[in-house]
Amino acid sequence: MARRRSPSALKIRNLSVEIAGKKVLDGVDLEVLRGEIHVLFGPNGSGKTSLMMSILGFPSYRILSGEILLNGTDITNMSINERVKLGIGIAFQSSPTIRGVKLGDVLRHLAGSKIDGAKMAGAVNLDAEFLNRDLNVGFSGGELRRSEVLQVLVQRPSFAIFDEPDSGVDVENLEVVGGAINNLLKKRSGLLITHQGYILRYVEADKAHVMLNGRIVCSGIPTKILSQIMKRGYKWCEKCPKARRPH
Amino acid sequence: MSKSKETALKAKGKPAALGPDLDVGRFTRDAKTWGYCPVSSLPEDIARRSLAVGVRADEGERAGTYFQIDHSTVFQKIQKKFEGKTEIMSTKDALEKYDWMEDYWWKVVSADADKYTALAELEWDRGYFIRALEGQKITLPLQACLFISKDNLDQNVHNVIIAEPNSEIQIITGCTVHPNVQRGLHVGISEFFIKEWAKLTFTMIHNWAQNFDVRPRTGALVEDNATFVTNYVCLNPVKSLQMYPVAYCKGENSRARFTSILYGAGDSYLDVGSKTVLQGTGSRAEVIARAIALDRARIYSRGLLVGEKEDTKAHLECRGLLLSDDAFIHAIPELTAKVQGTELSHEAAVGKIAEEQIQYLMARGFSELEAQSLIVRGFMDVGILGLPKALETEIKRIVDTTAAAAI
Ligand SMILES: Nc1ncnc2c1ncn2[C@@H]1O[C@H](COP(=O)(O)OP(=O)(O)OP(=O)(O)O)[C@@H](O)[C@H]1O
Ligand SMILES: [Mg+2]
Repeated sequence: MARRRSPSALKIRNLSVEIAGKKVLDGVDLEVLRGEIHVLFGPNGSGKTSLMMSILGFPSYRILSGEILLNGTDITNMSINERVKLGIGIAFQSSPTIRGVKLGDVLRHLAGSKIDGAKMAGAVNLDAEFLNRDLNVGFSGGELRRSEVLQVLVQRPSFAIFDEPDSGVDVENLEVVGGAINNLLKKRSGLLITHQGYILRYVEADKAHVMLNGRIVCSGIPTKILSQIMKRGYKWCEKCPKARRPH
Repeated sequence: MSKSKETALKAKGKPAALGPDLDVGRFTRDAKTWGYCPVSSLPEDIARRSLAVGVRADEGERAGTYFQIDHSTVFQKIQKKFEGKTEIMSTKDALEKYDWMEDYWWKVVSADADKYTALAELEWDRGYFIRALEGQKITLPLQACLFISKDNLDQNVHNVIIAEPNSEIQIITGCTVHPNVQRGLHVGISEFFIKEWAKLTFTMIHNWAQNFDVRPRTGALVEDNATFVTNYVCLNPVKSLQMYPVAYCKGENSRARFTSILYGAGDSYLDVGSKTVLQGTGSRAEVIARAIALDRARIYSRGLLVGEKEDTKAHLECRGLLLSDDAFIHAIPELTAKVQGTELSHEAAVGKIAEEQIQYLMARGFSELEAQSLIVRGFMDVGILGLPKALETEIKRIVDTTAAAAI
């Protein structure tokens, strides 16, 4: 079936990034077309979160080369909040505690208008009480995940990034969170990171990539790649003859 | 000459243990006498300033009001509904009215502690007396304002606050100056007595001027099963402010809680601490301090917990936020355990706003400045004061205005 030409939502070209003097991304190329959802697999420390943080523009992730385009606009040198204004949203893998700043304050700002916070919180199975809690202070692992997802749900970005939204989330909540993410992504584009692939039971991804040592070494059909990783681990990827060799 | 005068005379030249030493002779004692004036008819500029420290000229939502300008009491009144339940008047009137006042005068603060306590005895300018009668739960807060209208004046007040057994009372006091006042000295002696099963919540808001000096001296006696909750908020530049209030948790199962929010701006020198001495079995205390330093402010944030009895427990938490490289914060948390079976702990953290907090909020669409201001406002969260909702909302408005101006 001939694929219809559609403009890319996110395009990354030859991106190399270092943090604290250490190279964490090494010539990454990635294109997510509008309406597509991609998954990123890779062992711990391979650079997945680094890629997300670089897309967001966190200053400690220093760009050595390459460029990042969002809907055709070069965002490589923009500040974090400018990128967010252009439609990027992220559910972080880890988030700082901020005393005195309430989750509700952030949600109201993200929505840009009055919202029914309690109802929104319900969408990720969080109690309305959380709206008045200090940001991330004393949140359990699963609550943190859901609070992160909630913020993206309220923001409704055109390009949504979820860094391990399923890790540490119990079965029942996984179903709720998975359903909510799926709903949000129906008409949007996005990038998901997952280790076990639980979230893929609820979200239909178009393409998967495997990251090893700061490079994308393999891309393909999500279910196929996941099942290979599950069966043989990342050793298989390292040996894969089709994996792109380092430049 | 009275005994306390004699004692005070000996301490006339005695510098305080902490804070810059002041020449108390350089202030004037010459204040005009203010006549009686209902708070609702106070001049607009005075009413506006006092509202900024939580004292309402409309008396709305307050069970009683005491208002002192310079050395004169201009207003003291309990709302009809609360008559016979609580009292408010100048300590001068209270000393004339009750001979038992002797038992509460210079009892938890000593007149010869330093030159400032001595000054308050030798050149005493009233202050307020507030009392909740036995078994009475006062459902609305009482308010007191100590106002200075004249430049370079010294105002030396002596307050006595009594919560009789089984009573419950909320007090909000504001100390401030007229916009024309640049220099001056405020010395405030406050003696608190919280009797069996009583609960007293005291909130003090200060709003001074850049060349003004302030030396409060506070002591509290907390008896069996009684609770003393005290909040201190200092919002504007001051030349020097030094205070180290102490609560003696003398009763069994007595409780004390100190919370302070210090906002040091301009050239302020703030040396503020809270001390609790656990003397009753089962007593508990908590000290929470938040300090923000901007511009060239210097802040010493102290805390001392002393455990003298078994089965006692106290915790001290001190957080400082440094918003300028020319400012500094020195946190000095201290713990003294005198018996086994006392459990004392502290945590202190001082630093600038964490970059990762700002970036996190920027990823939620806030600009860098918005993120900073949100974090500062959050740091000064009045929610930590544990006030009733209405009062919390009022004070939040006051603090938010300051925080917004910070950035
Ligand atoms: N501030 C830092 N200083 C030094 N090294 C860092 C820093 N931040 C990240 N790294 C390193 O960069 C590498 C990539 O980290 P990254 O968080 O991108 O991995 P990841 O693929 O998301 O791993 P995980 O599956 O565990 O989440 C790791 O080796 C990590 O230790
Ligand atoms: Mg990661």
